[in-house]
Amino acid sequence: MTQTNTVPQQSLTQKLANPTRFMQLSAKLMPWMAGAAVALILYALYLVFFVAPDDYQQGQTVKIMYIHVPAAWLGMMGYALIAISSFGYLVFRHPLADVSSKAAAPLGAAFAFLALATGSLWGKPMWGTYWVWDARLTSMLILLFLYFGLMALRSAIDDEALAGKLCAVLGLVGVTILPIIKFSVDWWNTLHQPASVIRMDGPTIHSDLLWPLVVSAIGFSLLFFALHMKGMRNEILRRRLRSLTMAEVDRARSVSAPAAAE
Amino acid sequence: MMDLGPHAAFIWASYAIYAVVLAGVIGWLVWDGARLKARLSDLEARGVSRRSRAAKEN
Amino acid sequence: MSAFWTLLKRDLLLQVREGGAVGTALGFYLVVVAMMPLGLGPDLNLLSRIAPGVLWIALLLAALLSLPRIFEADDEDGSLEVIATGDLPLELATAAKALAHWISTGIPLALLAPILGLLLNLDIAAYPVLVATMLVGTPAISFLGLVGAALTLRARRGGLLLALLVLPLYIPTLIFGIAAISAATGGPSGFQASFLILAAISLFSLVIGPVAAAAAIRFQTQ
Repeated sequence: MTQTNTVPQQSLTQKLANPTRFMQLSAKLMPWMAGAAVALILYALYLVFFVAPDDYQQGQTVKIMYIHVPAAWLGMMGYALIAISSFGYLVFRHPLADVSSKAAAPLGAAFAFLALATGSLWGKPMWGTYWVWDARLTSMLILLFLYFGLMALRSAIDDEALAGKLCAVLGLVGVTILPIIKFSVDWWNTLHQPASVIRMDGPTIHSDLLWPLVVSAIGFSLLFFALHMKGMRNEILRRRLRSLTMAEVDRARSVSAPAAAE
Repeated sequence: MMDLGPHAAFIWASYAIYAVVLAGVIGWLVWDGARLKARLSDLEARGVSRRSRAAKEN
Repeated sequence: MSAFWTLLKRDLLLQVREGGAVGTALGFYLVVVAMMPLGLGPDLNLLSRIAPGVLWIALLLAALLSLPRIFEADDEDGSLEVIATGDLPLELATAAKALAHWISTGIPLALLAPILGLLLNLDIAAYPVLVATMLVGTPAISFLGLVGAALTLRARRGGLLLALLVLPLYIPTLIFGIAAISAATGGPSGFQASFLILAAISLFSLVIGPVAAAAAIRFQTQ
């Protein structure tokens, strides 16, 4: 049997496990993603403000939908990304999974907050009040609490490695309970169903209205991933910086110690 | 520019909040990255090199 | 399994002998419920309408107060390491601790609730179902709170952080507890469904709580 000493084909995640390779890869990839994101968002804005027809019912205010819906999706996707990263960190000990989870939390929280802000600004003309305890808005609010919990736990623990592991545990607990929270909020909402709630996205969206939404969603998703990658790069630099300064401190201490010992 | 109807204020407000928050996030990431790079290069300038590069040298 | 019972008995004895802990939780519960009418006004039929919600939310907060102590005492004198490396699987050990918390805090709070219901002019028909939902719902509070206690063991401002982490996890229990009560007192949805879902959530937390808490403790005791 011929002895083939081919290097076992590393999966993408294994390749990315090495921080320096991730830095090289992301350095090349990030400008393209950011550029594509900006282009798509500008195109979507053009479509929204100059091309898309008004909604027969809501008139112009439907323009808020084009940024509200992507924000809600990205808020949820952010938490899914954290859950996957947490799983990768706890089960596969993937070194960059913790970095990815830490970088994704503030981004997901930002988009969840934007979903709530634009949702309430959209609610005012449509439902007459800034905040309606609609099932979706309420679930997004709770998701925002989970984000705050993750970020607060991360900052409250000094030992960085321990903080990563505990945030991974919290992330996984959160993602298992999230469907139950969503289910209970929907149940609670149907119990106290307000008289008439205009469905936000309607039974089917007319294609003219849908196309800008798709463009905007892709654009903001690319933006999310570009920012996530940038956040991960920063985190790697921060950890490198910390290990260097630690090394510096140890060297300084070892240099001064023998002198003191004589 | 164009008539945004009676609720124009709400449309502009939501786009404005979007712009502010995203600008804040992007600004923080870029600033944080630059600050870290600067301190890293400063440390490297003072001869504190990373283990892998040090191992390669000697 | 005998190790499980001895650990449980030990924790219960500690709670009883220390005594103060349960007392403070009950006292806090009483004060919070008594303050509600002072804030919301003495209008009796308003109070009777919001009574289940107030009683449940105050119970959540009262149970939250006594969560940090589940691991703190053991962590300080090092017995947590002994338990973690002992022959009893850590998941069972943390489950025993949560059970001890439920027995020593959850049940007394649930039994005190009807008395506080008098303060809020609670509808007579609601009393039995109030206690039933609380007895079935409080295990979820203890077992999910267990995770929060384990995560914030070494964190700065642990108690405050614990509340932020754990309260969102209590939302399903709160919603179905109140739904069951309102269903029993002539509300829209069926009592059966809400009550069974409430029980299901508690059973679910019997599994999630100890497993997640054991993982968190393992990271901190190695």
